[in-house]
Amino acid sequence: MKNLLLVLSVLLLLATSSFAASTINGAGASFPYPVYSAWAFQYQKDTGTKINYQSIGSGGGVRQITSRTVDFGASDAPVKPADLNEKGLLQFPAIIGGVVPIINVKGIDSGQLKLTGDLLARIFLGKINKWNDPEIAELNPGQQLPDADITVIHRSDGSGTTAIFTSYLAEVSNDWKETTGAGKSVNWAVGIGGKGNEGVTNYVKRVKNSIGYVEFAYAKRNKLADVRLQNREGGYVSASFASFKAAAAGAKWQQDEGYYLWLVNAPGKESWPIAGASFILLAKDKTASNQQAIKFYDWAFENGDEMAVKLVYVPLPQNLKEDIRSYWKANGL
Amino acid sequence: MATTIKREQTFEKLFSGITFSAAFLILVIIASIFISLFRESLMAIDSFGFFGFVSSTAWDPVREQFGAATTLYGTLVTTILALVVAVPVSLGIAIFITELCPKFLKPIVSTAIELLAAIPSIIYGMWGLFTFAPLMSDCVEPLLQKIFEPIPLFGQLFTGVPLGIDILTTSIILSIMITPFIASIVRDTFALTPVQLKESAYGIGATRWEVIKDVMIPYSKTGIFGSVIIAMGRALGETMAVAFVLGNKHAIATSLFDASATITVTLANEFTEADSDLYLSSLFYLALILLGMNFLLLAVAKMFLARRDK
Repeated sequence: MKNLLLVLSVLLLLATSSFAASTINGAGASFPYPVYSAWAFQYQKDTGTKINYQSIGSGGGVRQITSRTVDFGASDAPVKPADLNEKGLLQFPAIIGGVVPIINVKGIDSGQLKLTGDLLARIFLGKINKWNDPEIAELNPGQQLPDADITVIHRSDGSGTTAIFTSYLAEVSNDWKETTGAGKSVNWAVGIGGKGNEGVTNYVKRVKNSIGYVEFAYAKRNKLADVRLQNREGGYVSASFASFKAAAAGAKWQQDEGYYLWLVNAPGKESWPIAGASFILLAKDKTASNQQAIKFYDWAFENGDEMAVKLVYVPLPQNLKEDIRSYWKANGL
Repeated sequence: MATTIKREQTFEKLFSGITFSAAFLILVIIASIFISLFRESLMAIDSFGFFGFVSSTAWDPVREQFGAATTLYGTLVTTILALVVAVPVSLGIAIFITELCPKFLKPIVSTAIELLAAIPSIIYGMWGLFTFAPLMSDCVEPLLQKIFEPIPLFGQLFTGVPLGIDILTTSIILSIMITPFIASIVRDTFALTPVQLKESAYGIGATRWEVIKDVMIPYSKTGIFGSVIIAMGRALGETMAVAFVLGNKHAIATSLFDASATITVTLANEFTEADSDLYLSSLFYLALILLGMNFLLLAVAKMFLARRDK
């Protein structure tokens, strides 16, 4: 009996070690999970290396890579440069996403309503609470705005989507910054919470005269009525692949800060103001597995754009990809 | 002969050892859960204290100010409302099945109720979000508002925009979820009422209603109480169904049409994305409070039952 156990455990050890050689384990953000797993599927077909990515949430991703239990972590919110140093981590963006305000107001179709960042912030603070508010009307001459209360709909669960959205509002409105601030879950002044993008979508579709915000991919796939926003240069843009890419291309990414950047209110005439990147985190001291991980992302940057677009994710612009490759080299990978 | 006895003795010892360790394991597991929850929440306990945490209505992850008052309130209110709806309905079901139901219908109704208990809570959540909440906000809640809002004080319970994502919807869904637990336990205890007792009551001229009211219900009191406690535990801990329809709003609600938050829903919604240590620790603290509350509830129930049995 004892011998049998011994043999079994040795076999098990052998099995796991040979398994580990061709598997990279990652964990973190749930937002990029569909695109990472699509990439991983194709990557395994092409190279035989298995990528095992678990979408446990950004907070969990950062914790797991900090304790070195996975080969790479993923987070929707960038980790601050000081924390990167303290935890011995490398960081780079891998895919772009963003947030789109969506509305349900009778007679106003997709892209017909224009808002500024400041107005959006005041709506979500409950300070502007009627659709026919003179300031909204002034921006939208010719639109039939109803004399109705605005119902604000936000996320009830902690999420990267909320983090990007509130970072944007904090960037464009001092009032927002002081009263509410930015984070994955915040203390909302008004409104009701829906669970997940599908929860918010469902409420906005159902509740008349409501406004909410969802992930770009979600708005696109469900054909929700979106809002045109004023960007930094003063132009009004719609959320689209082009306007997200413009935001990512125009942003000032800093290698030495581990690409720490909120991609909100980015410069550029065509830039969508509420964009965000999803980041990959590597442990500085795990060179062998890092090489495996960046091989995967290098492959994904080369071959993954089409797959990403099909899933309504915005691939990184070429200049940023090149910059990240030089970042890897600079860190000896 | 002697060897068989000896062998049997060792077997006896071994067996009692195994059963003892199985039982002891439960104690160890419960103790370790308490200890690990306590350890993880130490940071929040240090920062906010017990009364400070329980009485504070703050829940601001950005400024790292946390309190349990809003979630405790939401948990208790939804549970109590669910019981208020579920207990009378379940008693009715149990009485119908044991006393009034035609024989051919009995197994059908009983199985249907047990099936209700087998539905996973996520299904209730999705059904609640996509089917029940719209029904509530379009038909039921506006009607309730029309009838009750003009009444002073009481009308306060029916103010606000009826969106269907609120305490009322949640409590009704919870009550549907706990009804099978109460109904089937009570049905079984009703069935245990000695036939002689019932027959003698009928014999001295009691009506069916009087037999139910004065014989069966008093005889089954312990069973009814026990089933309510089990149902309460289930309602306090329910997560997925509530997460979809309660709105996770950290505020003390004064209307049945307000969104609210419960402890378990807050954990489910915010745990994965809690990025600061104090935030995470506060969530653990909430879990510790919920566990302590459940523990206390069970202890009180046991004490109550023990006193009754004397």
